[in-house]
Amino acid sequence: MFTSVDDVAARLAETGYLASPAVATTVFLADRLGKPLLVEGPAGVGKTELAKAVAEVAGARLVRLQCYEGVDESRALYEWNHAKQLLRISAGRDETWDETRTDIFSEEFLLPRPLLTAIRGDDPKVLLIDETDKADVEVEGLLLEVLSDFQVTVPELGTVTATRRPFVVLTSNASRELSEALRRRCLFLHIGFPDEELERRIVRLKVPGLDEALARSVVRVVGALRAMDLRKLPSVAETIDWARTLLALGADSLDETVVRDSLGVLLKHQDDVLKATAKLDLDAL
Amino acid sequence: MTAPAGVAERLTTLVAALRAHGIRIGTGETVDAAQAVAALGLTDRETLREGLAATLLHGTAQRPVFDPVFDLYFPRGVGAPEQEAAGREDLRDRLASALAANDRAMMGRLAVEAVDGFGGYGSSPASDGWSSYQTLDRLRPQTLLARVRDNVRAQGGGSGFTDRLLEDEIRRRIEAFRGLVAAEARRRVAERRGRDEIARRAVAPSADRVDFLFAGKAQLAELRRAVQPLARKLATRLAARRRRAARGSIDLRRTLRGSLSTGGVPMKPVLRRRRPVRPELVLLCDVSGSVSGFSDFTMLLVQALHDQFSKVRVFAFVNRIDEVTGLLVHGRADPEGLGARIQAEATLTGWHGSSDYGMALGEFAERYGAAVGPRTTVFVLGDARTNMSDPNLAAVRQIAERARRVYWLNPEQTASWGTGDSAAPDYAELVEMHECRNARQLSDLVARLLPV
Repeated sequence: MFTSVDDVAARLAETGYLASPAVATTVFLADRLGKPLLVEGPAGVGKTELAKAVAEVAGARLVRLQCYEGVDESRALYEWNHAKQLLRISAGRDETWDETRTDIFSEEFLLPRPLLTAIRGDDPKVLLIDETDKADVEVEGLLLEVLSDFQVTVPELGTVTATRRPFVVLTSNASRELSEALRRRCLFLHIGFPDEELERRIVRLKVPGLDEALARSVVRVVGALRAMDLRKLPSVAETIDWARTLLALGADSLDETVVRDSLGVLLKHQDDVLKATAKLDLDAL
Repeated sequence: MTAPAGVAERLTTLVAALRAHGIRIGTGETVDAAQAVAALGLTDRETLREGLAATLLHGTAQRPVFDPVFDLYFPRGVGAPEQEAAGREDLRDRLASALAANDRAMMGRLAVEAVDGFGGYGSSPASDGWSSYQTLDRLRPQTLLARVRDNVRAQGGGSGFTDRLLEDEIRRRIEAFRGLVAAEARRRVAERRGRDEIARRAVAPSADRVDFLFAGKAQLAELRRAVQPLARKLATRLAARRRRAARGSIDLRRTLRGSLSTGGVPMKPVLRRRRPVRPELVLLCDVSGSVSGFSDFTMLLVQALHDQFSKVRVFAFVNRIDEVTGLLVHGRADPEGLGARIQAEATLTGWHGSSDYGMALGEFAERYGAAVGPRTTVFVLGDARTNMSDPNLAAVRQIAERARRVYWLNPEQTASWGTGDSAAPDYAELVEMHECRNARQLSDLVARLLPV
């Protein structure tokens, strides 16, 4: 899919995703080694966006499995369309049992869920397994099988093997420690907060109306906030929101009033707002 | 690749060094790493670093160990820098301009020069080496702060609102420079002493494996930052245990609802969820100087888990005991000051300042006996060093009889229990005592011992 690490960075940038060297390198390797990519990091740094960007670059279909507590095989893999099977049985009254049995367990009655969808078919796909840490441990076992061999066994139909391996991205917020076995099968990528220069480029790209000097100030203030000991550090998503807010307020430079009034966009806890207000001397007016 | 055999050997020794730091890496990952090297080539060091990190590591916490080890095995250069080291003032001048411009590459080169010029000590081959401490002590980068700040301001880079951020930013840059110097000194020493030994000894273990009793200030601060994520992790683990523990009668409504997808045949019975009886928790913490780092951390952790319990009460003692639950609730906003505030606001010491478990436990049984009931789990945190006074086993027995369970978490290693003035074996006969030396052990114990 990609020829070099720089190629990854350049092509992701075309879709509007500015990748750090770490991200570009790991995506390149995931593609080269054909291994799933496990992405961890704080909320709002672009973990899910990365999968979308890769899909766009590769011209692939994005298949998304959103994990939550209680997601199970029938939500993740496949399910038989029970109602339709019943209809089929009642429609064919005069059939022998053998005919009915083979018939109702055929493709027509299969409801493929994301994992099976990603494996079947010849078109390129990107499989995004979002918030893997929210799923129960049993689902991890299921993922192990699918991700190591890229095949799924449906007892009535036989084994479905991927003719073309999807590019797999798993994301996790680390609310639960994923099992060692799953981690072993994946390349690990931690997306942290970007460095100053990269974040400035991201802000300029996402909020084109913002002038260079203000973008620089915005990123510096966010950097200072991240160095504080806050409950929830502002993420890239918050930086962009803040930049948009400033644009909407028509601010052309930062001052005490503007920052104090819009601090709520960056910080989501009252404790944090108070602490930041004190540390940034916003009360000094 | 230029030298495949050499690279393979380099890679396996790197893996061995990482394993010595407790990072579990299998052969499969090592093979992946070799493939990554083949795919990426050896031209760009930072790309290689990211590639190896992606294939070898499994978690964010392992990165601080990986980076210095990588620097040792795939060093930036070999030997001393080519040109002769410049004078101290010249170096400081150039460092000041690099700091002002935030030029990382320049700072890296200056770190190399600085260690070469000012870090060497000793003259005989057996005792010489390179010291980052000595380098920084002679160079004193922290004294450049005012100069760099004025430089930046003079260039017009420091006007307006963001001016107030400048000093902190420069401080962080200086801190980064110190890190570069330390890495460079490690590299030079490794060339002399053998890479494997330095990788094992000079690279700090990850924060969750640092002994509470020997943790420095910075490490304790790092641990404190880890409290919230750790608490969240433990909470999900406790919730999972609670779910598994649910046994009960069939919930008819939810079973029928579930049977709709199988045409009304109830294939999977759903059990009624038992209403959780949330347990009560009592913490008795020794906050005397020797173990305060451990107690502070554990208190914060339990406080962060407080919504898992119907009631959490925390008592602190040195040789007298006092309740500090209220202080802890307010302490969430300012974890660093917690220890000092407890010392200032609670009555913890009587006639002398050294810890006395017998007195404190006796006082607890007497004054706060009502806090312990059949649903209460008690945790005692401390090293059980009673300074030769009476351990007061009767009081512990009394607490143990009343409570559902009593656990004692001891930050000393098992081997030193009972040495000197430690009454650990006596207490261990009455209540379950566990060794709890670092954050990793603590989180394992908390996940296992906390009642659900």
